[in-house]
Amino acid sequence: METFIQQVLAGIATGGIYACMALAVVMIYQAIHHLNFAQGEMAMFSTFIAWQLLQWGIPYWLAFGLTIVISLIGGYVLERSVFKPIHNAPVLSHIVIFIALFAIFNSLAGFIWDFTIKPFPSPFGNAPLFGGGLIGGHQAGMIIITLVVLLILFAFFRYTRVGLAMRAAAANPESAKLVGIRVGVMTGLGWGMASAVGAVAGILIAPVVFLEPNMMLSILLYGFAGAVLGGLSSPGGAVLGGFTVGVVENLAGTYIPVVGAELKLPIALFLIVAVLVFKPTGLFGQRVVQRV
Amino acid sequence: MSATLKVRNLEASYGAFKVLHGLDFDIAEGSVTTLLGANGAGKTTTLRALCGMIRRSGTIEYEGRSIANMKTEDIVRLGVAHVPEGRGTFTSLTVEENLRLGAMTRSAGDGISGDIDRIFAFFPRLKERASQQAGTLSGGEQQMLAIGRALMLRPKLMLLDEPSFGLAPLIVKEVFAILADIRENMGVSMLLVEQNASLALELADQAYLIETGSIALSGPAAEIRDDESVRASYLGY
Repeated sequence: METFIQQVLAGIATGGIYACMALAVVMIYQAIHHLNFAQGEMAMFSTFIAWQLLQWGIPYWLAFGLTIVISLIGGYVLERSVFKPIHNAPVLSHIVIFIALFAIFNSLAGFIWDFTIKPFPSPFGNAPLFGGGLIGGHQAGMIIITLVVLLILFAFFRYTRVGLAMRAAAANPESAKLVGIRVGVMTGLGWGMASAVGAVAGILIAPVVFLEPNMMLSILLYGFAGAVLGGLSSPGGAVLGGFTVGVVENLAGTYIPVVGAELKLPIALFLIVAVLVFKPTGLFGQRVVQRV
Repeated sequence: MSATLKVRNLEASYGAFKVLHGLDFDIAEGSVTTLLGANGAGKTTTLRALCGMIRRSGTIEYEGRSIANMKTEDIVRLGVAHVPEGRGTFTSLTVEENLRLGAMTRSAGDGISGDIDRIFAFFPRLKERASQQAGTLSGGEQQMLAIGRALMLRPKLMLLDEPSFGLAPLIVKEVFAILADIRENMGVSMLLVEQNASLALELADQAYLIETGSIALSGPAAEIRDDESVRASYLGY
């Protein structure tokens, strides 16, 4: 029983990271209807920025905040400079650009900070909490911070005017313009926020998977699985999907002997395929019905 | 009366295909002007050209300033509310959120909640459905929502694209009664595009007839309504 609770809690902790990545993917998907393959690499790059700030002696939480701000601005600038010019271009152009960004961020990180694996500090430490060792300090911290981030985002989209404008711009760009919303700015802001959320995910998971240019590869895959499971049209669903993937991944790794630690990743792929076959809209997504 | 909107030699095209061939018309302050014409005559295109949703050339003066080179979002900021073809509902958002969006360009405090209450008093049926997803509304309700959203801007000029489209005759009557009410009580100028000529002429002060992208005929709505030959040859009723 104790192992079970331990594994569930650990699953929720990593699930929070997947949820953040899933949410970042869905936020951009809602705005431009494409999956951003480079989301993970952007998050990795943000994490390297945080590491660099820490190396320069900036205190952890200040570096954390600065990285989020830098990622927000970076995401905005990236959308305005790279994606705005091609926003009417066909799917393939988008895919090519996503792959290019993936490669650029990956090799740029390797070029600047090299490919050796680096430890990344955790402000929470790793001492087990509650004596019993049910959950480690960093895991508890991950859960709390991801929940806070998700709550802030929820409140932002639900209760602020900018949040409403962003939802409107994503839902119906033409009508949004007709009520005076600057749709392009909103799309850029969506990218900024997505990359900021990704930065949080990267910084929190780095102490666990260690910092290196390929650290987010599998994380993003789990994030995709979460997003697909919850439904690409539902931010709330994507978050729930992310948590679910985290827990399922952990339990399967522990209780299904064949799976073990090595075969955890295919579970994400298996989930993606299963959802797409049996419920393509995901658990909470809406089927898009086009009136003709 | 001074003109709220003054349009001279308005041209617009979709790609290489020219749709408007130099339209001239005016909208007097506080009046209702209607653009009539058959399917494909260029009525919707005219509205889209006025608020910068397609490329256009010519003179468009709104309250004495040129808006011919302005972006849609900026024209809206000047108080021009467009109730688009197909109603432009934000289907995944709630009715109340749809209304709030109409006031997006106003500053946050500025009596927005009070205006929402006023709209709800105007359209009681929207109030009943305030927290419902707007996509679940009926066609008539969505048309009311679109008009309500436009009013949330506190517009000086409303561009209405076929408010009767796809609605049952009784609902159409209701919608037009509301438009008459808005004209009476809020002093909003309107440019009304309609296929239902008899209804539009009843509400309007001035009418323009468009035929394949140019103005074929214009005059006070009452005169056009009473002119047998015009009715027979252009309006078909």
